[in-house]
Amino acid sequence: MEQWRGFTPGAWQETIDVRDFIQKNYTPYEGDGAFLAEATERTRRLNEKYERLRMLEQEWGGVVDVDTNTVSSLLNYGPGYLDKANEIIVGFQTNRPLKRGVNPFGGIRMAEQACQAYGYELSDRVKEQFSYRTTHNDGVFRVYSDEMRAARHCGIITGLPDSYGRGRIIGDYRRVALYGVDRLIAEKQADKRAIGMRDMDDENIRLSEEVFRQIDFLDKLKQMAQLYGMDISGPAGNAREAIQWVYFAYLAAIKEQNGAAESLGRVGTFLDIYLSRDLAEGTLTEEGAQELIDDFVLKLRMTRQLRTPAYNELFAGDPNWVTESVGGMGEDGRTLVTKTSYRMLHTLYTLGTAPEPNLTVLWSPHLPQPWREYCAKVSIETDSIQYENDELMRARFGDDYAIACCVSAARVGKQMQFFGARCNAAKTLLMALNGGRDEISGAQVGPKGKTFPAGEPLLYDEVVAAYRTYVEWLCRLYVNTMNVIHYMHDKYAYEKIQMALHDTDVGRFMSFGMAGLSVAADSLSAIRYAKVTPIYDERGIISDFDVVGDFPKYGNDDDRVDSIAVWLCDLFMSELRKHKTYRNAEHTLSILTITSNVVYGKKTGSTPDGRKAGEPFAPGANPMHGREKCGALASLNSVAKLDYNTCRDGISNTFTVTPSTLGRTLPEQQANLVGILDGYFAQDAHHLNVNVLERATLLDAMEHPAKYPNLTIRVSGYAVHFTSLSRAQQQEVLSRAFHTAI
Amino acid sequence: MNGDVGRVHSVETLGAVDGPGLRTVLFLAGCPLRCLYCHNPDTHDFAGGDAMTAEQVLARVMRYRPYYGKTGGVTFSGGEPLCQPAFVATLARHMREAGIHTAVDTSGGVWNEAVRDAVDAVDLVILDVKHTDPARFRALTGVPMDNLHAILAYCKEIQKPLWVRQVILPGWTDTVEEIHTLRRLVRGANVERMELLPYHTLGVHKWEALGLPYPLVGVTPPSQATMDALNAVLYEEKSG
Repeated sequence: MEQWRGFTPGAWQETIDVRDFIQKNYTPYEGDGAFLAEATERTRRLNEKYERLRMLEQEWGGVVDVDTNTVSSLLNYGPGYLDKANEIIVGFQTNRPLKRGVNPFGGIRMAEQACQAYGYELSDRVKEQFSYRTTHNDGVFRVYSDEMRAARHCGIITGLPDSYGRGRIIGDYRRVALYGVDRLIAEKQADKRAIGMRDMDDENIRLSEEVFRQIDFLDKLKQMAQLYGMDISGPAGNAREAIQWVYFAYLAAIKEQNGAAESLGRVGTFLDIYLSRDLAEGTLTEEGAQELIDDFVLKLRMTRQLRTPAYNELFAGDPNWVTESVGGMGEDGRTLVTKTSYRMLHTLYTLGTAPEPNLTVLWSPHLPQPWREYCAKVSIETDSIQYENDELMRARFGDDYAIACCVSAARVGKQMQFFGARCNAAKTLLMALNGGRDEISGAQVGPKGKTFPAGEPLLYDEVVAAYRTYVEWLCRLYVNTMNVIHYMHDKYAYEKIQMALHDTDVGRFMSFGMAGLSVAADSLSAIRYAKVTPIYDERGIISDFDVVGDFPKYGNDDDRVDSIAVWLCDLFMSELRKHKTYRNAEHTLSILTITSNVVYGKKTGSTPDGRKAGEPFAPGANPMHGREKCGALASLNSVAKLDYNTCRDGISNTFTVTPSTLGRTLPEQQANLVGILDGYFAQDAHHLNVNVLERATLLDAMEHPAKYPNLTIRVSGYAVHFTSLSRAQQQEVLSRAFHTAI
Repeated sequence: MNGDVGRVHSVETLGAVDGPGLRTVLFLAGCPLRCLYCHNPDTHDFAGGDAMTAEQVLARVMRYRPYYGKTGGVTFSGGEPLCQPAFVATLARHMREAGIHTAVDTSGGVWNEAVRDAVDAVDLVILDVKHTDPARFRALTGVPMDNLHAILAYCKEIQKPLWVRQVILPGWTDTVEEIHTLRRLVRGANVERMELLPYHTLGVHKWEALGLPYPLVGVTPPSQATMDALNAVLYEEKSG
């Protein structure tokens, strides 16, 4: 086949096997970034055009335009361009850049509210259309029990994807470039015939219909590309086509789905094969290669979904988690770092710093040293990348996994996940102390249980016994709630194009989450090591605690309390595992809050660790602000104790340090950051967000946002433009530990 | 004191500027100096901090070993760490056995046989020269300069790897002559690095917290231009 000229043949030609293609054809790169080219004039102009639009978007309160008449899908919009004559990679979700379409499949009310929030009104036409159909949200609320509603309402479980797309599913977008759509359709047709030979039980009937819909959408994908004048029925024949084909596949996914996180996967090393071939054939220069990657990344930066303010409060800064996993090592010991890994990170210079795509470096001590130092430099200069432990994940997911959202790993095209928000470990403790009542509303949310006598210090063993009871109750409720949500999402908002880019018999995870880990651990530590006496209000509910004496705090590498944090993860995970999941998905757990640690805090009363009602939690698995007394590495060591085997969906940790604390010169800072990452990950830690910045910069940016349009910082698992955070969120970021040394 | 127990004011687990690589900095309690700009006045008290055994300190340090790589290690700071010389020597010898690099960050305020032994035991001495003029040294620190001369002489004698530091304090050390004198002072020593550190006011709040009047009210940190000029003198001297 002409498009495959020069490629080393292999099993990838016989079956859909992108990994095999990569392994047989990629060129590891062990050198440094000296080969990189600067942005071309064309790229600069295009980027300026986008930046002007983005400023306008910010000025106009968050959106440039909303099309309230057209439901977003693959074929509902004509082609859109930023600058048709000068774009190399094309395609937008609607017919104009940054214009947002409506996507009511998750829930019509959410779509209506999102329109209203920006001064628009959802058209009668769309309302009419959706009055005849059931949305995901309708389905879920038909089935939700009273208890599920109560738990959701009081916030002991929050952020459930029951009124918007669940997201977090990564199609293997590379398949479209490597095989072309016709081959993918033929494979799916064969799969469908094979399913027809099976016993027709619920699962096989459902699967057969799903494959039917996948084929339907693969066909629509082809038509979508035709709108832009391109035929993607066959494989891509050069680098530009490969990038364009991959982008079309991703674009189809984000036209179809408004999921919280719509991640890209791991496309860099795959695309490098095409870029290398063009470079070798003399049809491309390094400037041209960088230009292609730049244009691709610029498109990814222009991903937009229409969301409500409530949603933005949970997930600040309008993120899409267009996560791209970069680097890592192969199972055969060769590095998966290629020149295109560099080109990807280099976009932070050619196009300036930005939160998207969410660049995630897969870290290993075996990575080439120049690459490790380059990553450190990019972190120090841009605060735009995060790091995850490739050694841990490769052992469990092989060497062709990618990160969905912030920290969730899965094999690309072979595993998917049912995303499920998080439950509140700290609030659960308060519920256990209040006999099942919600400490905010006073309502009986959980089963009625024992209460603790006023005026008497809490006894650790009694508290733990009560806590276990409520964790048991909560975990059962949580699994059941998730089962309802994902049953309905499959039924009413199935991800047709993304699942078409998975193997038909796919592995499934059900990804649970826990918030408030550090608050719960410190609270239990206080009860154990200090004297904690509850103070009751007139409703007979604990409104605060009297704490006498000191107690060990999570974040100081102190086993007395760190072991409590480890135990909490084990407790929740073992309780979750007791309950059967929808489609027999494998239970996983994340310690990740994104920016919802602020909202979780708002919904939680005063806790025994001294945190007052309404105050934010620490994000993810981070220790609470201001409790770390032994410096940054003690804090990292505490987090590193959490077991990835228990928290297989990821353990998020955000680390902020001032440049002068890392060393006096850039080379010293680079070397020391590499040392920090090595030391942390050598202890089997999972994830680290790295910010290297001065508090003063953030303070100034709060007062003079116009001076810092591109100031990007990492929060829990993703990056945001600092100026797009709400004031409360900005203050919360500032209150976190900035590791400094005097 | 036999060196098995010492008083530790605090531990900073991320030290990246006090010696090569990533370092665990052990702040030992107690200091005989009373520098006008001290940024750790909370470490002056010899009875402050917690009593820790060498074994306990070693166990703490081993937790940070994954971060040390080929260059990092442990730095004894304070306070004046060489006021607990036997403790420093004991710890440094254990660490050397474990393959961990050690440094002591001293102001040269104390000198005796035990200090000599501690200097032998560590891999690197970071010598903070508060001033090169004995009278001004005494005025700035409250102690005579003789001990600094003694420790520096010993370091020259055994060719101990040395980092030399001076804080650039406007009105005290921000002159070209001072840099020339500093350079002459350490001539003949095995100097691996010289650093001029700008005076800063980040420790002032600690004086306030301790209810102490801050002696240098109104003195502002040196400008970047001053630092650049003095550094130029330092490096010109060095290469010359």
